[in-house]
Amino acid sequence: MRIALFATCIVDAMYPRTARATVAILERLGHEVVFPAGQACCGQMHVNSGYFKEALPVVKNHVEAFDMDDYDVAVAPSGSCVASVKHQHQMIARRCGDTALEARAGVVGAKTYELSQLLTDVLGVTNAAAQLGSHFPHTVTYHPSCHGMRLLRLGDRQRTLLATVGGIELVELPEADQCCGFGGTFSLKNADVSSAMLADKAANIRGTGAELCSGGDASCLLHIGGGLSRQGSTVGTLHFAEILASTLEQPAEMEMAGMT
Amino acid sequence: MSGTFLGMPVFGTGNLNATEPFPTAAHRELGNAQLRANLGHATHTIRDKRLKVVSELPDWEDLRNAGSAIKENVMARLPELLETFEANFTARGGIVHWARDAREANEIVTALIRATGETEVVKVKSMATQEIGLNEHLESQGIEAFETDLAELIVQLDRDKPSHILVPAIHKNRSQVRDIFLREMPGVDPALTNEPARLAEAARKHLRRKFLSAKVAVSGANFGLADTGTLAVVESEGNGRMCLTLPETLITVMGIEKLLPTFTDLEVFMQLLPRSSTGERMNPYTSLWTGVTPDDGPQNVHLVMLDNGRTAALADGMGRSALHCIRCSACMNVCPVYERTGGHAYGSTYPGPIGAILSPLLTGITSEENASLPYASSLCGACFDACPVKINIPEILVHLRGVDVDSRRRAVKVPSEMDLMMKGAQWAFSSGKHLGLLEKGLPLGRLAAGRDKLIKKLPGHLAGGWTQSRDIPAPPSQSFRHWWAANRETKEQA
Repeated sequence: MRIALFATCIVDAMYPRTARATVAILERLGHEVVFPAGQACCGQMHVNSGYFKEALPVVKNHVEAFDMDDYDVAVAPSGSCVASVKHQHQMIARRCGDTALEARAGVVGAKTYELSQLLTDVLGVTNAAAQLGSHFPHTVTYHPSCHGMRLLRLGDRQRTLLATVGGIELVELPEADQCCGFGGTFSLKNADVSSAMLADKAANIRGTGAELCSGGDASCLLHIGGGLSRQGSTVGTLHFAEILASTLEQPAEMEMAGMT
Repeated sequence: MSGTFLGMPVFGTGNLNATEPFPTAAHRELGNAQLRANLGHATHTIRDKRLKVVSELPDWEDLRNAGSAIKENVMARLPELLETFEANFTARGGIVHWARDAREANEIVTALIRATGETEVVKVKSMATQEIGLNEHLESQGIEAFETDLAELIVQLDRDKPSHILVPAIHKNRSQVRDIFLREMPGVDPALTNEPARLAEAARKHLRRKFLSAKVAVSGANFGLADTGTLAVVESEGNGRMCLTLPETLITVMGIEKLLPTFTDLEVFMQLLPRSSTGERMNPYTSLWTGVTPDDGPQNVHLVMLDNGRTAALADGMGRSALHCIRCSACMNVCPVYERTGGHAYGSTYPGPIGAILSPLLTGITSEENASLPYASSLCGACFDACPVKINIPEILVHLRGVDVDSRRRAVKVPSEMDLMMKGAQWAFSSGKHLGLLEKGLPLGRLAAGRDKLIKKLPGHLAGGWTQSRDIPAPPSQSFRHWWAANRETKEQA
């Protein structure tokens, strides 16, 4: 299969290792990965902040970068960005009166998958250790991000993939389904409430005794990791793609998870 | 324009406007540790009860779909249903009054009470009368209104405001309640303890005197059934039943969106509402009344049909479904923002996620205060999942943010910090070339992070908000895009 990688802006700029891990997993399964160079961002920061007019060129850029026939499916290591591509792009095109863009956005959205969705539903990965050689001998807890959980209905897909990694000890996160408080510009506009939500999430994570917290959205992990770091905690954060990509021969770099 | 447009929409007035922006109010409320402890305990308890009784019903999703469809139908046919309801209610001896806004509704109710010659009324818990500020208005006219719902009584005795639509005293614990009773309740036992049974007994004794002497009652209504002209009140304590049956005059204030087309539609909502609100399979008391029954119950039965911004909400095609709300409060019980700030932070009678959309829809997004409400959410989506009539609250929040941004675009000349940030991000994110160019600067960020590889303080009000509780890791020396171009594309070409 020829798979187009949508790295997402935050992974591209801040966590390139998450994108490299995504490429590594897909190539290990024998698939070809392409990176449409025109891509930038899904635009959900603009949309969710009410800046629909400013969102339009961002949405248009994404649709133009991915509206082509030379790949089978597109994948992103993010529930939130995929939810935006699938649920918001057509709305923005419609509101701005661009019916041609709306139709093209629908086609791109239908071909776009979140990583655990693609691995589980399309590529048939049910056991990460057996099928991907994943090995990660650490204690890990897992935070399911809101948009993956409630907009994409990912269910246990990410968690199940993590649970089947060799050597891993996956510990339950209390109140796992509670938002970490990120919410894009919510964390700036309502910084106090966001910080209160983050404090409870961080306390629950620390209470598990895990070495790190994994998840499927770099933005939430940036938020959670930033809070843990500020509290002086040694607990790091790591995207599940990097844990899946980690093997006995090439273990994930733990220093990169903020664990020094 | 769709067929549901009822003419020039009138925006709502009364207790629907916040008096300060949400972030300011939230900041203050977050500092109240007692409030947060009470709220955390109470919301988690109701949350768990709701999940338990909802999971008992294999057809819960079908019920939600039915509830949503019935309400959608009501909104599409509202003018016709209102006329049908009025005809049936009137045919059975009731009298219907129409109120455009809070002021008109208050004046109608005051005149009706004056006509009885009474200066005291008992009240059934009602959101509509909270919304129009009826108690305060009556007080200004020399009429005393006694709340008979236990929690409303607590709030009223303390001269406080409700902070939750179902459990208005959720922000108070039982020791605080005992202190209020000791201080404010006439004839209370000075040895009163904070045991729930003792507190309930004190309230019961106090209220019983009112029930037996009151000649006039004021209520709200959960549902109005168009095909029979019946009104319904759903409650837990039985105080409502007392008010609805004992007095000679009964005045009900009901929002025009509360109609259901037929009596049988109740079967759907009587399954949805108790489970979603109190986490009970059924509520203890459901009172239904259809006009006047000779020599039994109230002989003067009035209904004030309240618009107060509802037609304006109806005219907003994207926001209209906020009127489907049956005031169950499930959305606030699951909301991580409400759980931490409490209801007062929202300013309006309607707090929580539903309040964040309903209040600005009813009043229009004009004031800075109500315009801040749609941003009072991380868009986590827990409210939409909990809503028994499937109001897509996150989608409407985003819609209203768009309305707010556009209205400020027209009104304000000087761009805000957020405007500038969004404009800059538009340039960066609308082209892979632009983003790639910016990413060339990543090593600078790395340099700024210093030896501990952390950025701990950012300038500006917005970015500074982030670093008040979160570090930012040092950026990588190379973005994925540039790594790919250097390592993969050149390799492929080679």
